[in-house]
Amino acid sequence: MAAGGSIDALSQFKLEPVLGLDFTQSNVMMVVAGVLTFGLLWLGMRPRAMVPGRLQSAAEMAYETVLGMCTETIGPEGRAFFPFVFTLFFFILFGNLLGVFPFFFTYTSHIAVTLALTVFVVGLVTVVAIRIHGWHFFSYFVPQGVPGALLPLLVPIEVLSYLSRLISLSVRLFANMMAGHVMLEVFGAFVVMLGAAGVIFWIPAGFSLAVNVALIGFELLVATLQAYVFAILTCIYLHDAVHLH
Amino acid sequence: MSEESGEDEPTSPSFEERLRAARSRQGLDAPPPLTGRDTGDVGGMSPWGIGLRVGIEMVSALVVAVAIGWGLGYLFGGKPIFIAVFVLLGGAAGILNVWRLFAPRPTRDRKVQDGGR
Repeated sequence: MAAGGSIDALSQFKLEPVLGLDFTQSNVMMVVAGVLTFGLLWLGMRPRAMVPGRLQSAAEMAYETVLGMCTETIGPEGRAFFPFVFTLFFFILFGNLLGVFPFFFTYTSHIAVTLALTVFVVGLVTVVAIRIHGWHFFSYFVPQGVPGALLPLLVPIEVLSYLSRLISLSVRLFANMMAGHVMLEVFGAFVVMLGAAGVIFWIPAGFSLAVNVALIGFELLVATLQAYVFAILTCIYLHDAVHLH
Repeated sequence: MSEESGEDEPTSPSFEERLRAARSRQGLDAPPPLTGRDTGDVGGMSPWGIGLRVGIEMVSALVVAVAIGWGLGYLFGGKPIFIAVFVLLGGAAGILNVWRLFAPRPTRDRKVQDGGR
């Protein structure tokens, strides 16, 4: 944290091997997120009650929210992509939410993770579009109602715009998570440093602590919102792939 | 008789309306998020959110373009023309992304036809 009087806000993102294995704390958290998602659904749906209890309600709400997201955004074809979007949404949601706990690692704060997810999404979208529309897919890059002379200029722009999803989707998630955790770290370090500086500084230290409390709440909001945004944008891209123009 | 005519014809639409108004006031119905959802949710975002979104859209296109331009230049013997051209194209693609974010859309149906882009 506040090592040697300076704020070291970035060392929290350092990967450390667990138990000397080739397996980092980031990977451990991914496994935990997977187990929790599976546990929520398995334990939640075990009673199979007509009138659901709390856990079953949560499981059903999770299912229905994502199903609604798929069918409303993609259309009736969206059901085919439900397992994918559900997995993606809950992997990111649990990654974001677990990161808010002290001593837990936020794997979505690494661009390597979010970029890998995004490459997978954009790859899938492209494969789906080519599978459904064949060569017609490439008409996606040709804007309608444009004089032919402008096409050599506009088609590369469209292709770049398509590829820029890779960066925009991954950077949005990664930047939000990393920025939030850096802010937490900075204000946490303020509390320690001001608290140690003398009685007079306890008032600003208390203020920093209050800011940190507010930030934790804000982080919960951002964690959920970013998982939702990632999933809904995936759905919108899938909609484009299925319906094309 | 008087109950029927009193409830069915003149008051029932207003009752429906009042019910809808009350429900939306209590947050039981949520129509506004639905409109924002399709366009990639610019609708219900804070100014900060919009700013961040626009910045990311513009920069991401530029990043991809610079990467491609640099890669092509590297492949073809370090010629700077590729990166010069692709920076311009990337800037244009960034503007296009932002335009798609805020483009006025006449109706819902047209939006769906356009592919919601």
